[in-house]
Parts: sequence; structure tokens; C-alpha cells
Amino acid sequence: MNPLLSMRAISKSFPGVRALDDVSFDLHAGEIHALVGENGAGKSTLMKILGAVYPHGEFGGEILVDGVPRRFTNVRDAEAAGIAVVHQELSVVREMTIAENIFLGREPRRFGIIRWEELYSRAATILRELHLDLEPHTPVGYLGIGQQHLVEIAKALSRNARILVLDEPTAALTESEAETLFRILESLRQRGAGIVYISHKLDEVFRLADRITVLRDGRTVSTDARSSLDKAGVIARMVGREVTDIFPVVVRAPGDVVFEARGVTVEDPNVSGKLLVQDVSFAVRRGEVLGVAGLVGAGRSDLLTAIFGAHPGVTRGEFFVGGAKVHIRTPAEAIAHGIGFVTEDRKRYGLLLDQTLVDNMTLASLRDYGRWLPDVDGEAAAGDRAMRDLRIKAPTVFSLAMTLSGGNQQKVVLAKWLLTNPQVLFLDEPTRGIDVGAKQEIYAQINVLAAAGLAIVLVSSELPEVLALSDRVIVLHGGRVTGQFTRTTATAEAVMACATGHAA
Amino acid sequence: MSTPEPGTTRLGRWRVSATTLRAYTMVIALVVIWIYFQWMTISELYPYGLFLHPLNLANLLKQMAVTGVLAVGMLMVIVARQIDLSVGSLLGLAGGMAAMTQGWGLGPSLATAIVVGLAGGAIQGALVAYANIPAFIVTLGGLLTWRGVILYVSKGETIPVRLPVFRSLGVALLAPAAGIALAVLAIVALALITIRRNRARRRHDLPVPGPAATALRIIAPAVLIVVFVYVMNQQGGVPIPVIVLLAVAVAGSFLTSATTFGRYLYAIGSNPDAARLSGINAKTHILITFSILGALVGLASLLHTGRVGSASPDAGGLMELDAIAACVIGGTSLMGGRGRVSGAILGALVMATLDNGMSLLSVENATQYIIKGAVLVAAVGFDMAGRRKT
Repeated sequence: MNPLLSMRAISKSFPGVRALDDVSFDLHAGEIHALVGENGAGKSTLMKILGAVYPHGEFGGEILVDGVPRRFTNVRDAEAAGIAVVHQELSVVREMTIAENIFLGREPRRFGIIRWEELYSRAATILRELHLDLEPHTPVGYLGIGQQHLVEIAKALSRNARILVLDEPTAALTESEAETLFRILESLRQRGAGIVYISHKLDEVFRLADRITVLRDGRTVSTDARSSLDKAGVIARMVGREVTDIFPVVVRAPGDVVFEARGVTVEDPNVSGKLLVQDVSFAVRRGEVLGVAGLVGAGRSDLLTAIFGAHPGVTRGEFFVGGAKVHIRTPAEAIAHGIGFVTEDRKRYGLLLDQTLVDNMTLASLRDYGRWLPDVDGEAAAGDRAMRDLRIKAPTVFSLAMTLSGGNQQKVVLAKWLLTNPQVLFLDEPTRGIDVGAKQEIYAQINVLAAAGLAIVLVSSELPEVLALSDRVIVLHGGRVTGQFTRTTATAEAVMACATGHAA
Repeated sequence: MSTPEPGTTRLGRWRVSATTLRAYTMVIALVVIWIYFQWMTISELYPYGLFLHPLNLANLLKQMAVTGVLAVGMLMVIVARQIDLSVGSLLGLAGGMAAMTQGWGLGPSLATAIVVGLAGGAIQGALVAYANIPAFIVTLGGLLTWRGVILYVSKGETIPVRLPVFRSLGVALLAPAAGIALAVLAIVALALITIRRNRARRRHDLPVPGPAATALRIIAPAVLIVVFVYVMNQQGGVPIPVIVLLAVAVAGSFLTSATTFGRYLYAIGSNPDAARLSGINAKTHILITFSILGALVGLASLLHTGRVGSASPDAGGLMELDAIAACVIGGTSLMGGRGRVSGAILGALVMATLDNGMSLLSVENATQYIIKGAVLVAAVGFDMAGRRKT
């Protein structure tokens, strides 16, 4: 019997990165097949190929459904073949109601006129079947982020998909929402659907999956039945290398406190009365790396953005630079006080993609090259130096930022902040979405900068990264500090317990 | 490297950046249109064609001056990812107010136009930047409001220009000797800037162009300047409005490419979030940009009113669209962050060429509109098609 889905010898490259290299993957009817691997291992890319986000011709290899080769030219083709992909990023339209979202693009209609009664009654049925206690007329924007994800999943299920792909579906769900999802998946499996389940959370994977495939650096490491695996074995295959290989071991001797924040509280600008960050205090010393651990939504980015004077919500708290109290109301004032901020999501918050590298690198320090008339040659020289120091691979400093690979783009953002001569550097997810080689270079750079006396605050969702690089770690959960560790006391288990709010 | 970088194209052994290639394509297109019009205007009276005759060229440039000045200001607004639809109405208002205040004397009358334009731009800029109303809406409101104000204060009447100097702003010619003096000054400045730039590059250990390349960088534009002044002097001198346009273009080019202010405009238009997080105060910059455009509208209103000889309350209608079209034909992205003053000037020249050439050929008004519309859409269409390939 043919498997429901078979992906053979799939390869895909992006500029500068080989994302997938000869990956094969199959899925049977009535099976939950988990796909695991580190960030950047290629899981999401593989599923984007399946969902025809990257259409036929943009990748190597072939896709067979029920043993028949299929060439999808767009997302609709894939959907017509019974494939539904719920991506990590939400694709709901916040202004539309739940029912409109579920039927977006395939509204029940007659002669082009939407039949609203049918749309809402069918939506109500779907929500009931999924045991989701939601009113179909509610605009999705009114829902919490977890419920929006459930709507997204309901939208995928409503297509009667035979192949359902869920990419980190529980990342934004509460525990009870996750339980609801697991029940739904269980009943789908019994109905004979095939489910690809991508998750970092091995507990979930071992609870749900029939088989587990491990990807690493764009290659398939193994595919095994769950019963023949244990968690430690899966982790070893995901990592595939000694941790010390990628994290250089360093011994640091931190100096005086450079920056201190006391009682930082940030209000949610969208929901009155809700606090994103609550009474958080920390200090960071010269030559020290302070790790900030926590799950998505714990308030880590809100904390840094608020200190930097860039948060839309009301911020309270006291900040001290070199022992002196400072007032920071705008990013310009933060920069003037010697704070640099390598923001998360470089394409959205960090880069001018259609401008040159040198324009990007000197953006935050342009006034240093002349208050009104910047010395462009001085800039170009500084850009050249930064390119050499950080080993940015690009033809010249006048290349456009969009032409670089993710790792090199990240180094450009880093260069931008180093050129402001900061005393304190905030790094928010500095290695997200870049390949392992570039990660190693960023790690090495963090160590060089700390050794040169910079105080660094590192936010990362990759726990091994935080543990290996930080001298001290604070853990946030629900906007509060739930744990403080030193390098010796910080173990993955202890930090994770605090991050999930289950600390003893 | 075997494959060209995205954003560059190979032309034989030359690797050219997409922007440079685009600029050359536009110059070539313009030359082709010029040759076509020259060929089509051959007659017994003008055996070599009328279009490129100094008199007609001067005429063309005078027509272009108003659109060109507006386009320089509009470019800055568009680069910052904004738009201004009120330019034509504001021009009518500023020109009308200047004509009405001629009784106060020349200085106050001319100043009125600039102040009215500046104030109009500043009000709109403040509403966009600080009240967070989209520029499209604010300036659509301005388009109606400014037109209403001038209709109200002028009681719907057309006011003649009585002051000779005011009139001359739109039509007078610079004395040929003064034109030559200006050309010499410009060439000397060009040479000094080029040499200083080389010295600075050497100081920073950057590659310095060789003597031949340096000479070419001075001589090529110098030849253009000499030819331009020579041709204009053939018909009595360089028109004053063209001098004003050149001054505005040089100042605008300097402001956008050489100053921190200009660089921040590109950053704000390219990625407002990244600009804000890099410590740039986008609100102030947007306010200033709209104010600069407003002041340039005031200046353009003087050129326009002077050229026409009177201020009618419906002056300037649809000029905002000419200015936006000039920017867009010149390679400016309405998504912000991309575009140059030189491109906008070239765009304005293309528009003026079409206007002037088709009038010479006695093309019907209706047909002129259709062709200009088609050219605008086609120019952007070619640009997008070319970009998708790279």
C-alpha cells in the first residue's frame, strides 16, 4: 500500500544557506508523524514545500500523494490535494469574524453572493465538533493569541484535509487549550487523517506521535517508531555534536555594575490593566553576559524594548548607567546613555533591506560622522572595518542588505550597534533563523565583546545558548522574575521549571 | 563570482547596479523621444526640425520649471513613505495670495507666497506626524480646503501681476554674460568637490579613482554645462525659472544624499520601525519634509504666476499629479525609501517633453492626456518587470 504522502529527495537552497539537502519523509493514513530538530534544521522549510508556499520548481525532489507524483504551483493546488498547513505565523485576518476566517477564500455562495446563514451555521458546527466554546460572530482580533491559533487550526480542519501539518501549534496555547488540541488530533487520527506534528516540546511529541523523524542542518538523521526511542536519544540526534564544539568555553571576570534596572513594570498598550512586565529588576556588570530566559510571551522582549524607550505601553521603573540615575524616554536617549539594542526579527525591526550595508551600519551612529553633513568616506571606512572584524561576507559595503544571507544580515545589525560604542548591549534572539556556522561566529563575537568589557544582556529562546554563554541567568514567566541562577547553578531542568512557572 | 549579485546586471564585461542601469535607460529613452520629435517637426521653415531649436528648448524648460520644483519636494515626501495630494491647490492659494499682496511691495508679496506654502505644508505635516492621520487623507482634505480658501479670499477673480520683477520670475532671461559666469563658477565648484572627495577617500584608505577617471568625472558634466549655457544664450540667455529649478535641484540633491536629515528620510521610508529603534525621530522629520515641500510649492507658485502673468483661483489644478508622476517615472518607489532628485528631475523633463512635443505636433488635448497616462503606467510597468527578473 502506498503511503498517504511521500516526499522524496527534497532539496532547497536560499542565498548563502542550503536549507534542505536530500530529505525524504513519508506519512501514513491514521498516523501522527512528529518532525523534530533544532531551530533552522529545516522543518518549517520542508512543510512550506509541502504546502506549496515554495511551489514546484523552486526546490529539488518530488512529492507523491497516494503514490501519485504531484506538482503544486500554488497553495490552492496543495489544498485541493487535501493538504492543510498551519504555519507558525498566524494568518488570520483580525478584523474578520471567526466564521469569516474559517471560510476565507471559499465562502459558501450562490451566483457569487455569499450565503451568510450557511457560513455561520457551518462555522458553528465546526467549532462545536472541535469542542471550542467560541461564538462564530466574534472578530478574531478580540480573541487571545492562543484562541486565534485554535481558529487557525479549525480553519485548516474545516477543509476536510487528509494531510494536516501543524508547525509548533502549542507555542502560544495555554495548557488547557493544548489539551483541547490533543483531543482533536486524537479523533482525527482515528478518522484516518495523516498528521505531521512539528514541535520543540518532546513531552508532546512522545505523547502523540507514532513515528518521529529527526532533522539536523537540513538532512534527515533518522525516522523511527516512538516505541523504539527515548527522549535523550532524540535530543542527541537533534544536537548531533558535543555542545562544547559550538560554544567556546571562556572564563570571565566581570567588573563594576554598568547598568541597573529597578522595578520595571510595563503596561499592555492594547489591554488596559494587563501588565506585560511586572516589577523586574536586574543589574549587569562590565564584561558580563546576563542571560534572560523564558518562553515566548514571558515578557523578555517587552522588558528590553521598554528600557530602551521604544515600548508603546506605559513603562515605570528606574534605570542607572554607571551608578547614575538616567531618564530614558526615546531610543535616541537610550543610545546617548550608551545602550545598544540588537532587536529581534532583523527584517522587521533591524534592517533597511533596500539600502546599502554601510547605510545600515551607520544608521544609529550617523551623527558621529558629522552632525548635519556625515562624512560618507569616513562611514565607508568604518563599514569596511566592521565587515572585516565581524567577517561579514558581502561584495562591498555598498551591497544591498537584502542580498545577504540571514547570518550576515544579523552581523550587519550587530555592526550597527557596535558602531554606537555602547557600554551595554541588549541582544534579543541574536541567532534566530541563521545557520550553525553563523551562530558559532555570533557566539565567538559575544565572547570577544564581553572580554573587551561590554556588558551584555542576552535574550534567547534557545536554552543551550543562554546556558552556555551567560555568567548569570534570570528567568521570566508571566512578566515576573521566577528564577535567578549563576553559571554553576543554571541547569536546563531548573531554568525550564522556572520558565514554565513550575519551580519548586 | 560567477553569478551577478541580486540588484546588479551584467552588460558584457561591465557589472552595473540596477539603479545605474535604470538611470541610463531613462536618459536613452528621453534622447529617443527627443530625436523622434525633432524628426517629426522637420518643415520647410525648419529643415533640421523645430523641437531642439533653442527657442523651443527654452520654452520646454520654462514649462518644466514649475513641475520640477514641485517634484523635488514631492520626492522627499514620497521617500519618507508619505504622499501630498494638495500641492496643486496650495500652489493656487500661495500664488493668489502673492498677487493680492502686491500692494505691500515686492519683497512682502513674494514672501507671502513662501510663507503661505510653508504654513500649509507645516499644518499638514503636523497632522500626519502628530495626529497620526494618514497623509493621503490629510492632503486630500488640503486639496479641497486650500482651493476653497483661495476661491473665498479672491472672490473668484483672476488677479493680474503688476510688479515687473514678479512677472520676470516666470519669463525673464539671464544676461548671456551672467550665464557664462555661472557656468564657470559651476565647473570650478565641480572640480573642487571632486578633488576634495578623492583626497578624503585617500585619507580613509579607500580606493581612489585614477587621474583619467577623475578627469572624466569633471569633464563630462562640464561639457553638459557649457553646451546648455551656449544653447540657451543662442536665444538670449538662460531663463530665470530654469536657474531657480537648477538651484532647487542642486539643493534638494544635496539635502537628500549628503545630510543626516536626508539619510534619515530614506531610513524612515525604508523601514519605519528600524529607523525608530535606531534613535531617529520620525515625527519631526515628517513635519519638516512636508514643510519643505510647502515652501517649494510657494516658490513654484511664484514661477507659475509670473509666467502666466496673473493668478487665477483655479491655478495649479492637477499639478500634484504631474509632480507625483515625475517622481514615479524617475524611479521613486511609492513604498518609500527609494528615489533620487536627479530621477525626479528627469521624470519632470520626460513629462514636459511629451507636453511640448505633442503640442508642437498639434496633437489633440484628449490624445495628450491618454498618452501621458499610458507613459506613466508603462514606465512603472517596465520597472517592475525588470525588477522581477533580478
